[in-house]
Amino acid sequence: MKDELKKRIITGPDGFEFEVDPLNDYYCDAPPKVHPPAYVKIVEDLFNWARSESIWILGFGTGCGAIEMRPLMTPRFDAYRYGVQWRPTPRQSNLFIISGYLSVKTLKRVIRSYEQMQSPKYVIGLGSCTINGGMYWDSYNTIKKLDEYLPVDLYIAGCMPRPEALLKGFEDLKKIIRAGEGEGANIYAKNFDWYKANQKKVIQDWDMPDYNW
Amino acid sequence: MVLYQPDRSQYPSQKADGSLDIDLTSGKYLKLWQGPQHPGITGNMSLELTVCGDEVVEAKTHVGYLHRGFEKLMERRTFIQCFPIVCRICVPEPDFNEYCYAAAVEELAGIVAPERADWIRTLILEMGRINSYMMYLGGQAGSLGQGVIGQWTTYVRDLMLDRFEELTGARIYHMFILPGGVRDGLPDGFAGRMEETLQEIERTMSDVYDVMFCNAVFKKRTVGVGYIDPALLEPYGVTGPNARAAGVVKDVRKDQPYLVYPQLDFEPVIGHDSDIFTRADVRRRDVLVSIDLVRQIIAKMPKTGPLMTKLPNVLHWKIPRGETYIRGECSRGEYGYYLVTDGSGYPRRVNVRGPSYTHAVALLERLIVNVNISDVAALMVSLHTYPPEIER
Amino acid sequence: MRTLYAELNKRFPLGELTVQREDLGFITVEREHLRALLLHLRDLEGFTHLVLLTAVDWMEEGIFQLTYLLSDRKKRRDLGLRVMIARDGASMETVHDVWPTAATYQRELCEMFGIDFPDSPGVHDPFILEGWTDIPPYRREFDTKKYADETFTHRAGRETNDPAEYMKKQLYPDGA
Repeated sequence: MKDELKKRIITGPDGFEFEVDPLNDYYCDAPPKVHPPAYVKIVEDLFNWARSESIWILGFGTGCGAIEMRPLMTPRFDAYRYGVQWRPTPRQSNLFIISGYLSVKTLKRVIRSYEQMQSPKYVIGLGSCTINGGMYWDSYNTIKKLDEYLPVDLYIAGCMPRPEALLKGFEDLKKIIRAGEGEGANIYAKNFDWYKANQKKVIQDWDMPDYNW
Repeated sequence: MVLYQPDRSQYPSQKADGSLDIDLTSGKYLKLWQGPQHPGITGNMSLELTVCGDEVVEAKTHVGYLHRGFEKLMERRTFIQCFPIVCRICVPEPDFNEYCYAAAVEELAGIVAPERADWIRTLILEMGRINSYMMYLGGQAGSLGQGVIGQWTTYVRDLMLDRFEELTGARIYHMFILPGGVRDGLPDGFAGRMEETLQEIERTMSDVYDVMFCNAVFKKRTVGVGYIDPALLEPYGVTGPNARAAGVVKDVRKDQPYLVYPQLDFEPVIGHDSDIFTRADVRRRDVLVSIDLVRQIIAKMPKTGPLMTKLPNVLHWKIPRGETYIRGECSRGEYGYYLVTDGSGYPRRVNVRGPSYTHAVALLERLIVNVNISDVAALMVSLHTYPPEIER
Repeated sequence: MRTLYAELNKRFPLGELTVQREDLGFITVEREHLRALLLHLRDLEGFTHLVLLTAVDWMEEGIFQLTYLLSDRKKRRDLGLRVMIARDGASMETVHDVWPTAATYQRELCEMFGIDFPDSPGVHDPFILEGWTDIPPYRREFDTKKYADETFTHRAGRETNDPAEYMKKQLYPDGA
């Protein structure tokens, strides 16, 4: 375990001593729960419509696909007109675009960021390398199947996909959400142990808490 | 005028071996992680900052988030199979990988690319340089809160990507410069559309100059901040615009001219103050030089002629034992490929020397000390680092 | 390049010289002379810029080749110094006090090739990989495909062809 996760006693600048146990103090230790639709269908449909029209993307460029995000944010392609925008923190976003290959080191950060996002949340796998490894099919450091580690709603194929492909992807994701099928967070909660087992199989030095929220 | 004198009594003292005496449990210092999921970082890397108040006292860079093991993957691919993957090493300016790899293979295999291919290669490299600088200017302004510059520069970068698409068929990864030549010539009417794009870029650059470089906030935040001592250039292997902003004319295009640069007329841009502002200004003026170079290339290049030399059967292409190093001046500094062959059909070793390798690790760790946290992003962007070329 | 070699050879015992280009040469050096030679080249010959430091694995011969590539910008020439070290228990003297940036290269070499550089600052800190337990990946005996097959699950449906065989089948379907 890392030093910063160990229990320790800290002296504040005013001389006051207090104990910090990061695993208990900073993280919740309850597993995620499945949240079934709570209201009648017509209300849920309204909610889903609202969700689909405000897709907020986590601004975490995990791979080379991040370079096509800039054109999307700017006047040429302007994804903002579809209610898509980029947010700097996982707490404010509900769509995680895995932009390309994921090295094992990044996968760890991606899992943490994903778990910190609020439900309902969606994942788009961008580029061939999230689908089957793409160019890096024999690389020792990139994962080959993203859906083993995170529940993926949609894949956009290509190396790398054009901004137009991404816009089409957003439209398709909206259809999925409006149909009430964007259940990634619930799938993750339901199969939590399976996902964790897969993640731990790849990340050999698991030095973070199991629940990152 | 009364200058603000910070109270430095809380700052860490130095130990005998020069390292700082930082006791995290004392509560005086705070450890902050900037990145990898952070908008103020260039690409996917992270900085581990130890701060005292709002000043950084120690910094460590962490890289490896984009490691795919290219140098290993290339050892098990034939020479022609390596060609489509090399451009993936560096996203914002992939053409240098293609050129350096192609030139290294050509040199060891003893082939010479036709002259017209050399002109087209130069054209592509200069177009890529403009693209990369556009990305940088948007990032530099964005790191100080001027979002509008990024909107403009990304837009004109997109126009340049359209020209790339016309020429090579792809926006980002062109896979155009292969060992032996280039894949195709210029399409019809390319020169005219290129001229329109260049004029648009020039218009944008004058706007950028007015809004960014004449902006009081930008000047206040950048002038005198992030100073690189010219004495650090050689020990830390600083190249490219970072060195030119310190008054040293390091430009591979002039020092060891490659491709058709001897036939082109240009002067490397230099600055003298070596701070963030000067580095940004050097790059802005470098864009204008590149625009001029693109015009010269299009005017001077031969219109007809072969584009590819005849290669041996690429499926059974064996290259005799040897080693070489090829370098080029990319938008961030010296980009180089060290290629070792052993007489088989596969490269023995390929080492990619990206300029960010020295800029983003050793140099950044040194520069960032005693900088205010809010300037860290600006300083980091001003070195123009791209993490993928550090870890490959 | 040859005049430089002749001049250096008067002071240091040097190995063979390979002139790759007019402005690029490689010299094989014994490891005990390396440091003196580097300092001589840096301070007196103008090779002030360390371009790269990397290793080549000659597994069949049981050696690592370390390449120190230096550049002299004023005279427009590059010189690579090749140092052969034994592959078993590979270890090399650090040069981070000659070029501070060498510490980064040595950190990478230590991680990716398993070459130890005692006294180089932070050389054993993880640099690129995290939690790596296998043999250092850039060594020749490390099989990246085998490792990937064992560690990651591949999606079904991916075909892999030997390019030569595949092209033959495409071009001459009747096996001529």
